[in-house]
Amino acid sequence: MRSDLTYAEAVREALAEALAADERVFLLGEDIGVYGGAFGVTGDLVHRFGPERVRDTPIAELGIVGAAVGAALAGMRPVVEIQFSDFTAQAMDQIVNQAAKIHFMLGGEASVPLVLRAPTGSGTGAAAQHSQSLEAWFAHVPGLKVVMPTTPADAKGLLLAAIDDPNPVIVLEHKLLYRTNGPVPAGAGRVPLGTAAVRRRGADLTIVATGVMVSRALDAADQLAAAGVAATVIDPRTLTPLDADPILASVIETGRLLLVQEAPRTCGYVAELAALVAESRAFGYLRAPIRRLCGLDAPIPYAPQLETACVPQVPEIVTAGGELVKEW
Amino acid sequence: MTGVSADPDLARQVLGTMWRIRRFEEAVDELFARGLMHGTMHLSIGQEAVPTATCLALRPTDSITSTHRGHGHCIAKGAALDRMMAELLAKRTGYCRGRGGSMHIADVATGNLGANGIVAGGVPIAAGAGLAARLRGTDQVTVSFFGDGAVNEGAWHEGVNLAAIWSLPVVFVCENNQYGMSMPSTKASRTTLAERASGYGIPSTTVDGNDVQQVYDAVTDAVARARSGDGPSFVEAVTYRWKGHSKSDKNLYRTRDEIEQWRERDPITLFEAAASEMGALAAADIDQCREQARQAVRSAVQAAMAAPDADPAELADAVYAK
Repeated sequence: MRSDLTYAEAVREALAEALAADERVFLLGEDIGVYGGAFGVTGDLVHRFGPERVRDTPIAELGIVGAAVGAALAGMRPVVEIQFSDFTAQAMDQIVNQAAKIHFMLGGEASVPLVLRAPTGSGTGAAAQHSQSLEAWFAHVPGLKVVMPTTPADAKGLLLAAIDDPNPVIVLEHKLLYRTNGPVPAGAGRVPLGTAAVRRRGADLTIVATGVMVSRALDAADQLAAAGVAATVIDPRTLTPLDADPILASVIETGRLLLVQEAPRTCGYVAELAALVAESRAFGYLRAPIRRLCGLDAPIPYAPQLETACVPQVPEIVTAGGELVKEW
Repeated sequence: MTGVSADPDLARQVLGTMWRIRRFEEAVDELFARGLMHGTMHLSIGQEAVPTATCLALRPTDSITSTHRGHGHCIAKGAALDRMMAELLAKRTGYCRGRGGSMHIADVATGNLGANGIVAGGVPIAAGAGLAARLRGTDQVTVSFFGDGAVNEGAWHEGVNLAAIWSLPVVFVCENNQYGMSMPSTKASRTTLAERASGYGIPSTTVDGNDVQQVYDAVTDAVARARSGDGPSFVEAVTYRWKGHSKSDKNLYRTRDEIEQWRERDPITLFEAAASEMGALAAADIDQCREQARQAVRSAVQAAMAAPDADPAELADAVYAK
């Protein structure tokens, strides 16, 4: 480990290392050049690697992703930045009908080694069309891999692994995490796709959280510990492929499962985790019903107090966790 | 410009390709009617001049993106008839191992980056293949085939614009068969299709899509332009599909007279007449081209029929590349 980087700096470092290491890698997206990216992620990369490889595009998400699919088919390793994950809706044909299906449809004759990075989630007052958590859309599509890094080290390591991967990988970076700090291994510290991280261990309760909810779950676990409740916090890191074993093993140990996501409840990703546990050998060890804490089934509003009320906050996680342990 | 119908070797090649496409699709039509082939498919009978002349203007290392009416593109770019037929017959030896069918045939080895079931889906993909050629410093050209219906899709506009602003080596070939399913192209747009392309600042030209020479000349110019770094062009080839949109089409939106008039302008007959007139092909040569195509398709059907069925056991492992 060496000195802390922000999450945004860690992403930039991964991009720089990939660009330096492999001629096939290039970046494509809106305002990623001289502007440095809407969230400052690409920074000065255009000055280091040139405008051919750090390529500014018109505002045309479908065209951008389509061009990346074509370039990937032709042997390149494009890394697309979609300015807000909400705008993937504009590019859904190329993501879902093209990128995700080409390897399968073509009988394995071709693959699409494409990475799509997109800032995701609420908390910035950007309202309904710039604040969504759409990971379940992508996790539902066979052929895509979905990554949600929560620490700077994972932001770098998972992105490098995504660029190595021969499949289309969606990397959802939470906007509220970009300025958070953390240690990042020097050099190419890849984090393999499909490996969950156990962020904290405790015998009373298993909390599985995705995205920015991981840090809220950890804060909540601290408060629960002060109240005598020991929680395990598991961060899946990649939603597909999922590393289910640590979750099942922890549920067998604790008998209680609290699932936390920012996205709306109905058909959200953690519903899949609940079903997975219900279908597994861990089910028999449950001492309490599985509980979900999710965003409201509503668009994200603008007003700060409304926005905060839309998605789980630390006190709610503390309350839910405490109830699971004390009542069951 | 080379006179395709005046050069005996070229003429034989062109006629052979057109007949292979025609006979392949006639065989498919028959297999379907007899219940031996399932699913859906979109026949390009009547449009054979466009893929044949376009691919004649390309090198083997150049690439194409194709459409859901893509048998002709696939054959003209050099795919093997038996593997195509095997795919359509749901065999393990098919190009897509039975997972793609007619709408998703690709043959990456011959530069065919894939047919596409989504109208205009291949247009930005072609721009991306052009971008890859640019970034790798090769002189490869990509042709994007699409129909008139694609020109009203957002993907078409975004893909053409990207190719235009970056001067990518892409040739956009519009097979204007005049109907997007049942919607006449004249009702779907207030402009001509060529005007659409002109709006993106790229050269556009409209040719008789049933005339091999006209298509070949226009595409050859566009390919030369792309290869020399001058960017994309648009070629509109006006043609006609004799058959319905797909197998379920009752043809309620066009008249018998209209179809008959276009059948009289059969691109194969027109080319045979031109090549005979130029003395490039004798009647015996023409008969031979036709017969060889018939034999090639017949043996493709036989080989495909004898091949093993696609294997469900392989599905679980087919979704992700390793």
